[in-house]
Amino acid sequence: MKLAGWFCAIVLAGGAAAGPAAAQPSRVVSMNVCTDQMAMLVAGEGQLISVTHLATDPHTSAMVEEAQAFSVNHGLAEEIFLMKPDLVLAGTYTSRASADLLRSLGIRVEMFDPVDNFGEVREQLLRIGEVLGRKDRAAAIVAELDEGLREYTTDMSGITALGWSSNSYATGGGTFTDAVMKAAGLTNIAAREGIQGGARVPLETLLAQKPDLIVTGSTSYERPAMAQDNFAHPAFRAYVSDGKQVSVPDQYWVCGAPFTLEAVRILQMAAKARGAAN
Amino acid sequence: MNEALRYKLVLAVLSIGVFALFLVSLATGPAAIGFADSMRALFSSDAYEIGLIMREIRLPRAILGLMVGATLGLSGAVLQGYLRNPLAEPGLLGISASASLGAVLTIYTGVSLAFPLALPMAALAGAGIAVLVVRAMAGGAGGTLSIILAGIALSAFAGAMTSLALNLSPNPFAAMEIVFWMLGSLTDRSMVHVWLAAPFMLLGWVMLALTARALDALTLGVSAASSLGVDLRRTQFLAVGGTAASVGAATAVAGAIGFIGLIVPHILRPLVGSMPSRLLPASALGGAAMLLAADILVRLIAPERDLKLGVLTAMVGAPFFLWLIWRSRRTMV
Repeated sequence: MKLAGWFCAIVLAGGAAAGPAAAQPSRVVSMNVCTDQMAMLVAGEGQLISVTHLATDPHTSAMVEEAQAFSVNHGLAEEIFLMKPDLVLAGTYTSRASADLLRSLGIRVEMFDPVDNFGEVREQLLRIGEVLGRKDRAAAIVAELDEGLREYTTDMSGITALGWSSNSYATGGGTFTDAVMKAAGLTNIAAREGIQGGARVPLETLLAQKPDLIVTGSTSYERPAMAQDNFAHPAFRAYVSDGKQVSVPDQYWVCGAPFTLEAVRILQMAAKARGAAN
Repeated sequence: MNEALRYKLVLAVLSIGVFALFLVSLATGPAAIGFADSMRALFSSDAYEIGLIMREIRLPRAILGLMVGATLGLSGAVLQGYLRNPLAEPGLLGISASASLGAVLTIYTGVSLAFPLALPMAALAGAGIAVLVVRAMAGGAGGTLSIILAGIALSAFAGAMTSLALNLSPNPFAAMEIVFWMLGSLTDRSMVHVWLAAPFMLLGWVMLALTARALDALTLGVSAASSLGVDLRRTQFLAVGGTAASVGAATAVAGAIGFIGLIVPHILRPLVGSMPSRLLPASALGGAAMLLAADILVRLIAPERDLKLGVLTAMVGAPFFLWLIWRSRRTMV
């Protein structure tokens, strides 16, 4: 098995245009929930050895079952160093200090930004394929994603949606949420109102803008906090009582991958139901 | 001018002020709705969304602003009279912070979801314990210093326990809500909160109002008051219970809002005279006006930032507090 992997790496490296032939890494550790899932999708048998604990948490990961096969890390430099990795995949936001420390210990660390659109998802999947020496597999996954996206090109732009989360935070333009809404053909009302990134949209403003759909996460926490009071407010309950609320489980769009198509599908189904009701 | 007439005039002006601020509060909010439209939407069901905004978002906010403000003004006046201490008020004495702790323990453990009344009752218990501790520390002589020191210790302890409880919550948002409990806010409160808190606040007001005559007598000193037939145990029960019920309920739905109970009685005392029985109604109205004004300002200054009420009241209140200390230091020397 391992021999086959080596052989494959040599062939792939031989196919690359220039540069010294990089050996295919065989002990890959991922310390970010998004690189966890991309690596699980792209890596060859036995190549990936550890993913973060978040990959086993159904609130943040769409690949909980697959993650069971790997040992779990918590993004700490010490535990990762002891795993003797030859490649570490990290996010630019999470565990920055740990990633820098590992790098100074002589371990190759590849950093990945959080994605804001499907173009970046494609780029990152292909880059994972490149650093893992699994370009073909990565290209196949990107093709799967693109094929899926083509299924949802129905124009639903007459339906307005507002992504609204805890503490009344709404997601505007330039976010991955916005990209998923666009992929489902919807109009993101927060982006239309000029919000870039995230901003507070008070309940009053929400009611005044009258979105057709209010997109909420489905994360339920073990204990309550007032941050989630906005969903229990009588005015909100009254407004969404006729089915305007659609919840998209967070794990489908915390990270971008073919599983994000499920978020697109949920949104477009809700939009079609709304369009029929209007 | 005749003193009784001036007292009535002050009450009339304050009442009109509270009413006007209540209307302005109803007309203030992020959704641009004309004044006439908003008032009409309060009573008609034509415009669905505007009606929801007015009846379910702005009306409870204005009602709570009025009631919480009145609670703080009234309890401040009672505490200053009862403890015979010019620096007494629920915030400085740790009563609000202790009420916060009680509320936090029920909200974040999920108890208040299963049994909503647990929220105001736990806050009441927290506030009640705080008043009793402060009262015990004050002793018979009612020394200014010991009361304030006890209040500082209580505030620090309750604040620390509140942040501990929030940090231990498995909900990642809980820790960020420390700010709400320390500084208070009325953002997006609903009628549910009004129904939960109003009965306790009203009960507290009645109890506090019943202390008025005893407080008048207490201005002459404890022994003079008891020789005048004042039942000191009854007065203590009313003052402690009334403060606990009203401040507890107010804090349970709006967080701890400081300084209103301190400033309002001091501003009004020169206008209505130093008789506590006159100061109490005036302070209740004054507190309501001040909190409504502060709540309007937080929505006008930075509508998108969700400023906390305690920030505004502290900006006015803390310099005032320092000035009070400065003045009392001069008179002590």
